[in-house]
Amino acid sequence: MGTEASAAGVFSAAVRPVTLSVNGADRELRIAPWTTLLDGLREYLGLTGTKKGCDHGQCGACTVLVDGVRINSCLTLAVMHEGATIRTIEGIGAEGALHPLQQAFIDHDAFQCGYCTPGQICSATGLIAEGRARTPEEIRELMSGNLCRCGAYPNIVAAIEHAMRVAETAP
Amino acid sequence: MSMTYLGKAVSRVDGPAKVTGAARYAGEFPVPELTYGVVVSSTIARGKITRIDSAAALGVPGVVQVFTHENRPHTAYLNRSWRDEVAPPGAPFRPLYDAEIHFSAQPVALVVAEDFETARYAASLVRVEYEQGPHTTDLERERGTAYVPPKKRNGIAPPPDPRGNAVEALAAAPRKIARQYVSPFEHHNPMEPFATTVLWQDAGRLTVFDKTQGVQNVQSYITSVFGLKAANVQVISPFVGGAFGSGLRPQYQVFLAVMAATELERSVRVTLTRQQMFSFSYRPNTIQAISLGARPDGKLLALTHEAIGNTSQHEDYQETVVNWSGLLYGAENASFIYKLVKTDWASPADMRAPGATLGVFAIETAIDELAYELSLDPLALRLANYTERDENDGKPFTSKELRACYQQGAERFGWSKRNPAPRSMTEGRELIGWGMATGAWEALHMKAAARATLRAGPMLEVASATADIGTGTYTIMAQIAAETLGVPIEAVSVKLGDSSLPKSPIEGGSWTAASIGAAVQAACETVRGKLFKLARGLENSPLANADIEHVEFADGTIRLPGDPSRSVPIDRALAAAGTEALEAEETVGPGLISSRRFSRNTHSAVFAEVRVDEELGIARVTRVVNAVAAGRILNLKTGGSQVMGGVVMGIGMALHEETMPDHALGRFMNHNLAEYHIPVHADIPAAIEVIFVEEHDPEVSPLGVKGLGEIGIVGTAAAIGNAIYHATGKRVRDLPITIDKLL
Amino acid sequence: MNRFEYARASDVAEAVRARAADASARFIAGGTNLIDLMKENVARPTRLIDINHLPLRGIEDTDAGGVRIGALATNTAVAYDARIEARYPLLSSAILAGASPQLRNAATTGGNLLQRTRCYYFYDTGTPCNKREPGTGCPAIAGVNRIHAILGASENCIATHPSDMCVALAALAATVRVTGPSGEREIAFADFHRLPGDTPERDTNLGEDELITAIDLPPEGFASNYSYLKLRDRLSYAFALVSVAAALTFDGDTIREARLALGGVAHKPWRDTAAEAALAGKPANRATFETAAAALLADARGYSGNAFKIELARRAIVRALSQAAAGTPQVQTDKRVR
Repeated sequence: MGTEASAAGVFSAAVRPVTLSVNGADRELRIAPWTTLLDGLREYLGLTGTKKGCDHGQCGACTVLVDGVRINSCLTLAVMHEGATIRTIEGIGAEGALHPLQQAFIDHDAFQCGYCTPGQICSATGLIAEGRARTPEEIRELMSGNLCRCGAYPNIVAAIEHAMRVAETAP
Repeated sequence: MSMTYLGKAVSRVDGPAKVTGAARYAGEFPVPELTYGVVVSSTIARGKITRIDSAAALGVPGVVQVFTHENRPHTAYLNRSWRDEVAPPGAPFRPLYDAEIHFSAQPVALVVAEDFETARYAASLVRVEYEQGPHTTDLERERGTAYVPPKKRNGIAPPPDPRGNAVEALAAAPRKIARQYVSPFEHHNPMEPFATTVLWQDAGRLTVFDKTQGVQNVQSYITSVFGLKAANVQVISPFVGGAFGSGLRPQYQVFLAVMAATELERSVRVTLTRQQMFSFSYRPNTIQAISLGARPDGKLLALTHEAIGNTSQHEDYQETVVNWSGLLYGAENASFIYKLVKTDWASPADMRAPGATLGVFAIETAIDELAYELSLDPLALRLANYTERDENDGKPFTSKELRACYQQGAERFGWSKRNPAPRSMTEGRELIGWGMATGAWEALHMKAAARATLRAGPMLEVASATADIGTGTYTIMAQIAAETLGVPIEAVSVKLGDSSLPKSPIEGGSWTAASIGAAVQAACETVRGKLFKLARGLENSPLANADIEHVEFADGTIRLPGDPSRSVPIDRALAAAGTEALEAEETVGPGLISSRRFSRNTHSAVFAEVRVDEELGIARVTRVVNAVAAGRILNLKTGGSQVMGGVVMGIGMALHEETMPDHALGRFMNHNLAEYHIPVHADIPAAIEVIFVEEHDPEVSPLGVKGLGEIGIVGTAAAIGNAIYHATGKRVRDLPITIDKLL
Repeated sequence: MNRFEYARASDVAEAVRARAADASARFIAGGTNLIDLMKENVARPTRLIDINHLPLRGIEDTDAGGVRIGALATNTAVAYDARIEARYPLLSSAILAGASPQLRNAATTGGNLLQRTRCYYFYDTGTPCNKREPGTGCPAIAGVNRIHAILGASENCIATHPSDMCVALAALAATVRVTGPSGEREIAFADFHRLPGDTPERDTNLGEDELITAIDLPPEGFASNYSYLKLRDRLSYAFALVSVAAALTFDGDTIREARLALGGVAHKPWRDTAAEAALAGKPANRATFETAAAALLADARGYSGNAFKIELARRAIVRALSQAAAGTPQVQTDKRVR
């Protein structure tokens, strides 16, 4: 900022290139600073699997993994994540090559309308990686940032428990 | 006959699309050169816009237009042109119609820009000045103005006729109670905000991706309001991120998006904010009064049920609130009143089991109160007044296995181990309470059409304009089709949520499984008949002398059971006929005579356990058993989820949900998901058990299906409230039962 | 959301200079509150100074025997830090009672201190609010005030501070380290947040051009006898109606030192040293706790929708102190209150 040494240090409202590693590939967005990571994914990269349920960090539908950590993508600016590694639901698994957690969600009927589902799955991916939930009570508390209006909660918890067991017994 | 798919726990066929993020919702369809519309909402509840200044917004580079009442294009004049399939009597709200403000957060402008962020920013620059008028938003204060709606809402039964003389019978009854129950405003709050993407094509053709429970309802609304040809408007909605009734009527974002697209000749997307989700469609605020008179042995002698609900100034929104008492209980003397109060809010709208959630909460709480008054077991009191006919009109039911619901639910829950005395059960610091309630909903069969197309492979496609709002419509359509034509479910593709598909009513009222299911089955049966004719007509056909009654369709073949040599693969029949596809479209409606002769309802018995930390006022639900009699269950997995989801929403209704109005401002204040509390994971016990009680009912609908979308919520809040009373001895009659009410 | 200029700061001095140069510039770290407020058009900064790349994420021992938490350490990093869990479990517990894992993963320590008070009206630009637009009035006083203050409010504002972490920091008597154009200074936690008085627009005593760099925890962490008890309208992911941070040390059966702070009841985390003094030297029993609760709530005042919070707070204080005394702190995943 005071100096012109680095472009990143200069105040600007201009549209700029921002490079994110999204689901394993470098993607360049051309965005203004006020574009949230959520809008960047949905509107600029066409990755609409990440959902906008409230846009205020109150529902968890927009949960993605940034450098492996689950956060609400609606409450962060894309420009703040230059160079970061982002994993969205599209990077968890695809039709025909489902992640065990995705399969567990299907098997346990852990969703109905499906709108909170990508956020639930990304959040559960983060939860399992964190390794702090061992009991159903702990899963419930540590998944409470993901609302489900269809009320699939018991099935979501069952799916996560199942996926955790599968992950534990995996060679 | 043994079934491969029907009645089994089949995973959702749309599951892979939903768990991978591939399923596209209304605001997600990729459209070239898309513009984005952001809505500006009024800050006052009633009055007039005196000045609206869009100059600053229009000055932002990238802003395409700002629409207000001053520059909106011409729209229909007559009220009837604005009335959709489920509109209540009155004058539907017309967005940007004139300077009048009818409710707080009413849309007053739409800012359209080349990108979302520019539209959002420019919307904050639109300056609106108002002349504020006096508003009335407080039901309690205005209850004296309650009136009986002069015009009945189509499809909503008015209160039943009085029976006997309730006033005298109450006065004479040896035991009686009279209670008042209050329910707050509740908003549907589906996780997906309302959104519409309009793809504008040359020659004025519009493809409208809309969040709706009725694509054809939206299509006819658009053509009627904007004077467009039906051939030029296609409405598409393959996935709906929850709706719970809020998507039954076209909401204002679809009007605004279509208006902007036609005027700008551009593609437009309008997505509402979560705050704007509180500006339309909610469960009305109600006050109910119930009086019960009974003999000491529990036999009801008199019953009165009166409900007052709020509506808007411009429509008489009605729902069936008080009738459930009369349906469930056979008091010889009864009277029912249902009234409205006009308020300066937007119109209420059907929300999951509209009316029944409220009316049944009141009567099932009152019955529990009477049970304590009479020192009777609450379940025994219900059984003492059990009725085999609809007491409102004396009709028999097509089926009613409520008694089995009570028995099986009670047994699974362990009801017989309940100590009847309040405050008698504890563990550690917590008081334990067990409560129960009855649930009931309608089992409707509506006229609907479906198409089946069979191709080589075999590949089967079934299609209807209906919706899947998370209810499992895709899956049951696939199950029925696969079962009827004997193909693997993987060979079935389902199309829905497209106005160009065969005609369907709105997806609501729990009627979709029965109605669309019957149409899918009929279309597949017609294809089956055609296919059999082809197979039998083959040269040297092994089925030459067979009758369709004697063959089975299985494993992609038509065959005689027990004789594997007499089998024709579907593909061979199609190929030999030189036909690419066999197609049939069928429309199936309810039997009119049956409708007049029988009442048709689902029933349930809900048992709930709560644990209450009395000192701190914290109640938590630890166990629910919901035993449901709903005819034939097509899919144990998705059907179970429907009921479980209803129970979860019922827990929210009991303990959490409440939209809080500021009556001085005429505005809802907790218009967000942080402070409009719906249950989170931590609130919901693992132990929600759904029992489907066997109920054979060929009368209710062709498939014997009654529907499951709403029954799960009905009765749940009462069961929880009753459990809280059992735990604490405190009766809370105004929902939700929050900490302050238990201190 | 308004339009703004954005730049990353590469060191603290540069960040502070940039802030001093533009009164309507704001630092952004986790963003979980600021971006929320910007979307509501409540905050409209002209510049955002991204401080995420400043070297302020560490959690380390201090020479004084305490622990220093870098301002950019996330709520998650602090809550699960082995040192914090062992020596300051009250802080861990309070953090885990707040928000959601996703928010805690993004939200920073400094940002948590600076989150604005929570009030339906403050967040809704369609309504008047003295905090947002001084002089326009406070509709919460006669309106919807379920989550509002019962202590320390003024006729101008009855909003509450929403943080859980700060309640624990108040109880632990943390120190806020800040850097401004004229150098570093320390602010005692009790002096950091303000009561609304006649200037409800100001939530804290942080200078306009100052940056929080760290939080210092004193050596005493009350690790044996503490509890954070949060009561809210659902069992997780909701703002507190009342929360209590209680911490005790003992001489035998007698309370040597007590700490008592409340959340959800005032414009700031509400630590009451008089109530603490009422506990010191007393036996740890219900009567003692009742006396302390009564002292703390002596001047409490309720409004139409939140008067119940006075009684709720009284009971919560007694329960939290009982939990602390018994060495059975509330576990945030356990929905049964101990």
